[in-house]
Amino acid sequence: MADSQTASLEPITAADGTPLKKKLAQALFRSRVRAVSLVVPLFAFVMASFVIPILALMWQGVYNDRFSSHMPNLTERLTMWDGLTEPNEKMYEALVADLKTARADRTIGRAATRVNQEFPGTRSLFTSTARKAKKLKPPFKESVIKANKKWNNIEVWQAMKITSQDLTPGFYATALDGRYTVDQGFVRQDENRQIYVKLFWRTMLISATVMGLCLLLGYPVAYLLATLPLRASNLLMIMVLLPFWTSLLVRTTAWIAILQSQGVINDLMVFVGITADDARFSLIYNMTGTIIAMTHILLPFMILPLYSVMKTIPPSYMRAARSLGATPTMAFIKVYMPQTIPGIGAGGLLVFILAIGYYITPALVGGQDGQLISNMIAYHMQKSLNWSLAAALGGILLAGVLVLYWAYDKVIGIDNMKLG
Amino acid sequence: MVQANDPFVSFKGVQKSYDGETLVVKNLNLDIASGEFLTMLGPSGSGKTTCLMMLAGFETATHGDIELGGRPINNIPPHKRGIGMVFQNYALFPHMTVGENLAFPLKVRNMPTAEVEDKVRAVLDMVQMLAFIDRKPAQLSGGQQQRIALARALVFNPELVLMDEPLGALDKQLREHMQYEIKHIHENLGVTVVYVTHDQSEALTMSNRIAVFDDGIIQQLADPVTLYEKPENAFVAQFIGENNQMLGTVQSVSKNIATVKLEAGDVVKALAVNVGAVGSRTTLSVRPERCIVTAKKSAGTSSLDARIEELIYLGDHIRCRMSVAGDDQFIVKVPNTSGQLGLEIGALSQIGWKNDDCRALDFNEPV
Repeated sequence: MADSQTASLEPITAADGTPLKKKLAQALFRSRVRAVSLVVPLFAFVMASFVIPILALMWQGVYNDRFSSHMPNLTERLTMWDGLTEPNEKMYEALVADLKTARADRTIGRAATRVNQEFPGTRSLFTSTARKAKKLKPPFKESVIKANKKWNNIEVWQAMKITSQDLTPGFYATALDGRYTVDQGFVRQDENRQIYVKLFWRTMLISATVMGLCLLLGYPVAYLLATLPLRASNLLMIMVLLPFWTSLLVRTTAWIAILQSQGVINDLMVFVGITADDARFSLIYNMTGTIIAMTHILLPFMILPLYSVMKTIPPSYMRAARSLGATPTMAFIKVYMPQTIPGIGAGGLLVFILAIGYYITPALVGGQDGQLISNMIAYHMQKSLNWSLAAALGGILLAGVLVLYWAYDKVIGIDNMKLG
Repeated sequence: MVQANDPFVSFKGVQKSYDGETLVVKNLNLDIASGEFLTMLGPSGSGKTTCLMMLAGFETATHGDIELGGRPINNIPPHKRGIGMVFQNYALFPHMTVGENLAFPLKVRNMPTAEVEDKVRAVLDMVQMLAFIDRKPAQLSGGQQQRIALARALVFNPELVLMDEPLGALDKQLREHMQYEIKHIHENLGVTVVYVTHDQSEALTMSNRIAVFDDGIIQQLADPVTLYEKPENAFVAQFIGENNQMLGTVQSVSKNIATVKLEAGDVVKALAVNVGAVGSRTTLSVRPERCIVTAKKSAGTSSLDARIEELIYLGDHIRCRMSVAGDDQFIVKVPNTSGQLGLEIGALSQIGWKNDDCRALDFNEPV
């Protein structure tokens, strides 16, 4: 008794008198160093190839210095300008000076492109005025407007003021079908120019549909896999995994061959007489095609987590339920299904998150209305070269996934998830 | 309680094969009276669990009829048989609380909620687990889960309860405690219990009758005392309790006493229980506690030369391993009475037994 009392008052020491905590830390130091050194290469690789590029790209979504770096004088003037009054002579002077240097440095195109992203149709305004800039004489306001009267439009200047700010919410505004303006802040685009929000919703809808279909098709297969005798279930498992191991492109193009209007399914339906030869179903190059192909490709991601959960449910639960008087259906719904929720959650989340960022398959079989937001991101990365907008769209997508993940954790609990 | 004239459960010529090549259960005929506690005892693979599963309805008999209350139940699905069952791993539904687990069989029978509540509380009270009504099974110890599983099998008042090695996962002390508890519940409720186990002490403790299974056949069906005292064949003698076996050849039989020549050459007398004609081989079986060390030869006894190989002091008795008739695994239990402790390793002595305590059974090649 006396021993335990003194121990609780003083820090416990090791045999040589050093505090036990310190001694323990020393003893664990070597193993800790070893553990860390084993992880370092992978950590460095992931940082360099994944985390840093992503962060850099995310940064581009809110930071763009194309304008300010190429038109420094004008940027300075625009910062002082309130954005509502007539642009003054000093601003015109700065504009001409910057246009001259930018033309000489051949950087005018970059600055012009940046403003064009904010206010479409202004690219030629910059390039044409820059060509004349050398000959322009003071007072610059008059001569510039004489060179091109579009400079008299205050909206051009407002657009320039916005693009002159390096740190800008403008790309996120665009990604949400709006515009960031000097005077009113966020303004929604006209109805007919809204594309991204609709696309986000369509992406969600298609992802949810694919997830639902995967669950519907995958659940019975996973159940069979978990309950069939070993020989049969091994064969079935190979059939599940075989497409998994096949190239994504091969599988997608196979669906083109099957679904196209002269394809296997349509030929069969015409042959059987379900449809007329001149009224074949359009099963591909639209949303239907995207859903069918993506469901097929993502099915294993649903089946495998479900299977791994079902495998751990002993058959005695169902037997117990039936011996207690439940019909097979009731036993399945009340006893078996609730125990597969971790698998449903894991498979559903996995399929949904994979689907929401899917790119190749919708690009190949999606046609017009089967495109997902990732296709638009790819377009801005590769075609329009508006990386900042692509980053903003990607950022919103990432935020959406994180919100879903959080909601899943709240409702079902991430600890409940079983990926295999 | 036991009404032998009116079988409640009846197996009639039941056979079962899983692969169509071998019979797991070979021609089973068994009547179980209402209110009886019958144990199916046997080594693993002897067919006892298969019999239980056929009775529960999870396996179909390949041939023969199973009757419950005079009604053939071969084609009745498990959920309509109204048989309570306790599983080996308890099979408590992990996503439901104890209360919900117990309410499950009542709710599927569409019992009114108030009544469900009452019954659940009553049965939990019976197994002294009322305080745990809102716990999940994972929060209970093995013994507590066992009680809940038992309560769940009883809550809907089934007339027949099946138990498939329900105590297998418990430690020894708890297992013994639960044996008495199950026995008392059976006595109080008067339900018919069919119990499967491979543990002979469990079977002896609880059962009215025990069916000893081996190789798909009931080797002997009797009450615990008969089974231990009067095994009818070498398998039962060796499976129930400890037992010394000697192989020999029948020389003569008179008045139920067989004279047997052992393989080592000695000649002993034994009770002829299950022997063939003169000249056939036989297994002699004698219990370790029925042997007497340093016995003088007297009428109605047999005796043999023996050498003490090993002594293990166990308090209430001394376990003595001896070489007898060429077998050095012959066990004798010497009671620890005063004046008995003169045993020494290597000492030569005589052991003997009453002729009635040595049973001449069918020939069974030792494993």
